[in-house]
Amino acid sequence: MRPLVLALRQRPDQRLDLSPLVPHLLAGKAAAEIERIELQTTKHRVTVGDAFRLRIGDADRLRIEGACDRLDRIGQDMDGGEIRVEGDVGIQAGRGMRGGRLAIEGGAGAWAASGMRGGHVEISGTAGERLGGPLPGETAGMRGGVVVVRGKAGDRAGDRLRRGTIIIEGNAGAHAGSRMIAGTLILCRNCGPMPGYLMSRGTIVLAGDCEELSPTFVDCGTHGLIAMRLMGQFAGQYSKRAASLVSGRLRRLAGDMAVLGKGELFMKDRD
Amino acid sequence: MSRLIANGVRVDDTFAEAFGMRATAIVITADSARWARQAAETMTGFATSVIGCGCEAAIDHELAVGATPDGRPGVRVLLFAVSTAELQKQLQTRVAQCVLTSPGSACYAGLAGEETLKLGNALRYFGDGWQIAKRLGEKRYWRLPVMDGEFVCEATTGLTKNAVGGGNLILMGQETRRTLAAAEAAAKAIRAVPDAIAPFPGGIARSGSKVGSKYKKVPASTNDAYCPTLRGAVESALDPDIAAVLEIVIDGLTPAAVAAAMRAAIAAVVRLGPKRGVARIGAGNYGGKLGPHHFHLKDLLP
Repeated sequence: MRPLVLALRQRPDQRLDLSPLVPHLLAGKAAAEIERIELQTTKHRVTVGDAFRLRIGDADRLRIEGACDRLDRIGQDMDGGEIRVEGDVGIQAGRGMRGGRLAIEGGAGAWAASGMRGGHVEISGTAGERLGGPLPGETAGMRGGVVVVRGKAGDRAGDRLRRGTIIIEGNAGAHAGSRMIAGTLILCRNCGPMPGYLMSRGTIVLAGDCEELSPTFVDCGTHGLIAMRLMGQFAGQYSKRAASLVSGRLRRLAGDMAVLGKGELFMKDRD
Repeated sequence: MSRLIANGVRVDDTFAEAFGMRATAIVITADSARWARQAAETMTGFATSVIGCGCEAAIDHELAVGATPDGRPGVRVLLFAVSTAELQKQLQTRVAQCVLTSPGSACYAGLAGEETLKLGNALRYFGDGWQIAKRLGEKRYWRLPVMDGEFVCEATTGLTKNAVGGGNLILMGQETRRTLAAAEAAAKAIRAVPDAIAPFPGGIARSGSKVGSKYKKVPASTNDAYCPTLRGAVESALDPDIAAVLEIVIDGLTPAAVAAAMRAAIAAVVRLGPKRGVARIGAGNYGGKLGPHHFHLKDLLP
């Protein structure tokens, strides 16, 4: 069966909240019902029918064509199925996801995969700041699932990461993995200053260089650990580049000793 | 008792009576096949019978480099016990003392199942606070710092309540050396069958037992009916030409696995014939009243 397609008519005048457009909320709805769903974020009412041309199909496979950075919260709370987005998306894409697959063939705004609990998010372009991170007032960020960013990621990627895996194939910004609680963050290229800033637990793998390493990380020596093989095999399902990096002997730094200090940062041994 | 003849070997028209058991499986890996096998053999060395060892365990098969979770050589070990609590206790104790301690080892679930037993979840406290949990997809691992690096252990492994213990064959020969050759052939054939083990030394038991004893405190004692030196003194099950008897005991994760193992063992023994192996194959049972699983030899002939 063909996917359900939403083709954006034109760049909207206001930011739109696309959180109602997830497979489990669209299942069983007729075209007219879907077109009446409201998406506005201001007092001016905008429905799906106003913003998109709808081609009815399998709601479990949703395709959004001609997307732009004003489309926020795509895939929020989705628990299954697939959403494929052609173009950029706004903030909080995949926020609170529990299952399924969200593929963004473009860039994503801030807080992509924020609070995600399961499923798979793939961003072909760049990701904004606080990838997987919590919103203000929340105690933890991403809690499960896998996020892959093929391009660059902004500052504080993996902020307060609690569980799950984030793979960034491009460069990452400052303070990647800040305040990490647990989970795995794989940085395939360079990153900004202070990766793992105030992380208490969790694993960061840094393949490239960082502008500045926190002095509160301590060198534990170079090791070839079985756990890294397992991580490499797991990451290989999503990113060949990540799999090739997480293997062999890596230098282990424990930190951040400014807090609990049970996190770890793995780097290539440059000695 | 009526008998069938297969390649000159007399096969009793009888059945092996087996019992339901709880079972689990783990995969042990190491830097080399030798050390993976060493850890597994240490863990299963004293695990021949639930009567005295708490569990029955053995290596199911070896795993090639590409077939293990961490890409190293490994072995799959099966453990059987009479209760879930005993199986958990035996698994925890044996992995802690024999696998955790073995150089370069790692330990993973060897069985998928809705019900689970603690594996790393029970051993993690050895890390004294330095243990690290790592969830990768649906799998959760514990990493314990040890003196040669880290011991990686999956959090849980599967439990099956459909396992079968006590499948058996009694191999009766005219001479000790040829009887052992037949038993070795049977044990080798069983090793090639997945999901089944023969837990006794080398897969072979020379001291088959009966239930009870003349002594009140002894739960099992020598199976005098099959002891050739007592043929004239007791109600013997042995023919005049039998001079040595060895038993193969088989545990399997499913009744089908036990049947497959028995079939493979019988085929191997029959192939040798009476001149190179044994003259007669029998099986142990309790009249069919105690165990729910009956494996009739005539149904398992090659």
